[in-house]
Amino acid sequence: MAKIEEYIPLVGQSVIDDLSLLSERLKGKVIQHINSTPVGGGVAEILNRMVPLLRELGVDTKWDVIKGGEQFFAVTKKFHNALHGRAEEITSRDFEVFMETSQQNVEGIDTYGDIVFIHDPQPIALVKKKSANKWLWRCHIDVSNPNDRIWGFLMDFIVQYDSAVFSAPAFSQKLPIRQFLISPSIDPLSDKNKELPQETIASVLRKYDIKKDKPIITQISRFDRLKDPLGVIEAYLRVKKYTDCQLILAGGTAEDDPEGSKVLEEVQERAKNDPDIHILLLSQNDIEINALQRASDIIIQKSIREGFGLTVAEALWKAKPVVASNVGGIPLQIKHKYSGLLCHSVGGASFAMKQLLNSPEYAKKLGENGREHIKNNFLITRHLRDYMLLFLSLYHPEDIVRLC
Amino acid sequence: MKNIAKAQEPFKFCTRLHLSELTGLRATTLGQLLDLIKEVPGSCIYHHTHRFLQQHQYLSPEPPNDFAYWVADILGEDELGERLVSIDTMQYSTIRDLRVKIASTIEDYLNDNPLAKMRFARSGEEFHFIKSVSFILPTAYVVYDLKEFVEVLKKITIDSIYFHIFEARLRLEKPTNDFSFWIEHSLGDKELAYEISRFDPYTSTLEDLRKKIVQIIARRIA
Repeated sequence: MAKIEEYIPLVGQSVIDDLSLLSERLKGKVIQHINSTPVGGGVAEILNRMVPLLRELGVDTKWDVIKGGEQFFAVTKKFHNALHGRAEEITSRDFEVFMETSQQNVEGIDTYGDIVFIHDPQPIALVKKKSANKWLWRCHIDVSNPNDRIWGFLMDFIVQYDSAVFSAPAFSQKLPIRQFLISPSIDPLSDKNKELPQETIASVLRKYDIKKDKPIITQISRFDRLKDPLGVIEAYLRVKKYTDCQLILAGGTAEDDPEGSKVLEEVQERAKNDPDIHILLLSQNDIEINALQRASDIIIQKSIREGFGLTVAEALWKAKPVVASNVGGIPLQIKHKYSGLLCHSVGGASFAMKQLLNSPEYAKKLGENGREHIKNNFLITRHLRDYMLLFLSLYHPEDIVRLC
Repeated sequence: MKNIAKAQEPFKFCTRLHLSELTGLRATTLGQLLDLIKEVPGSCIYHHTHRFLQQHQYLSPEPPNDFAYWVADILGEDELGERLVSIDTMQYSTIRDLRVKIASTIEDYLNDNPLAKMRFARSGEEFHFIKSVSFILPTAYVVYDLKEFVEVLKKITIDSIYFHIFEARLRLEKPTNDFSFWIEHSLGDKELAYEISRFDPYTSTLEDLRKKIVQIIARRIA
């Protein structure tokens, strides 16, 4: 695990100095994160990296996990889908299961933190234990179009918190409590994003029998309709009419998602007659993902919906020109024609890719701007800073806070 | 090398870190945008006219403000976008004045182009009003003369430069930027203070601004 000083060559000493300045203001406060799982999923991934870094900065940070059985997590999965706007049949028994497990956690978990930081809906009901301490609710989900019934149910808890946090402006709702915008981040020193030797990149290409004899277009995503892999193939075919190129579609196996296997089959069927389409099943191999992104000439992310879409940040961090759909958190990462190209359709995606392949200087500039934008706004150091500011905001209701 | 004047009162570099606070307010038409511009807190106006400077430092010259960007790129009202982007923020000494100017620019345009009221943003492309919450902290850097000043200026964060140039003047309503104020009042160098205050910082990146100020001061003390 990287130490905080290892980030200095990437972001500069002064950025780390600012983090130290902030951490001094949090001396004596205990920050207690609570979520539903210690491993797996984006929330656990980010906490696994942030908690040690906050501790190293001197912020007394703890991390606890709620308990919940199969039934409870089946219900919270339904809630998750419904909050994303998907139609879900949710019964009154589901609500009972949620409340029964929540009550067990209320009784079993010590909420000792000066600041209790609850992540996502699973532990949301713990706020019943709120006393004189401060409580934050961090929503990592796209709730721009939530199921009203579930949102209404959660609202009874949300209003008891001191503040809420969302990942994109479109996810905000009118709330009677303060709400902050904190985007997720990537870790530039993780296996997925660190610099790689050319030999590693070459060996990954060799492993998958990919030659660098023509431009590579890549989408890294699980095989899911919302990531539109068939649309990506269609866009690639339109580009290939004019410029010889190859396509990599690489993603997880999605074993727990029956629809995922079906999508994968359809993608394989569509690609079977084109040897320049490489369908790669990568089971959480971050170095390989990193190598494929670095070997690519263009990264595409043609999602139909997207929570935040950190694969875009990963690609831009590698200074790659990116073509991506204008959905979810993607427009926060790409300003059209400045740090990448946004699209709304297969036609738009193929046109953008043709532009980039035919204008390598322009593509290079977009990639460089993109890297700078990610460096300033979407690295874990910014995320650490925002979290510490968020903690301080709990004690300062004003818009201009003087800590002199 | 000239004799370097020492100040009685040192310059204390501060930094300003900001957190974005969501309001839940959103506009889909120019009419809604105008109504909300008139009623949102000043911290929202500040956020949307200055956010771009910090988040997109590499894009300048002429970084667009959020209103101009949305009006032109989302609603397709390029002419209004141009009018908004060309508002000379340097002329306004308070957020209140800047708000009035932005609102009247949109109002005038709507009066001249009533059809513009009919434009709607697509779902997902609404304008979301956000507030900027500033945290001002002292840094460890305290300097007494221009030589020390320029050395710190070379390495301080752009957040600090941003604070002393933009936030001090417009949001804290000081008569000029902090650098010029100190150089004039503590070092007595009116000419240098004026030279720095003449820059229009809204048409440079923060890194370019840093370079320009460093160059001017380096010339002065050479």
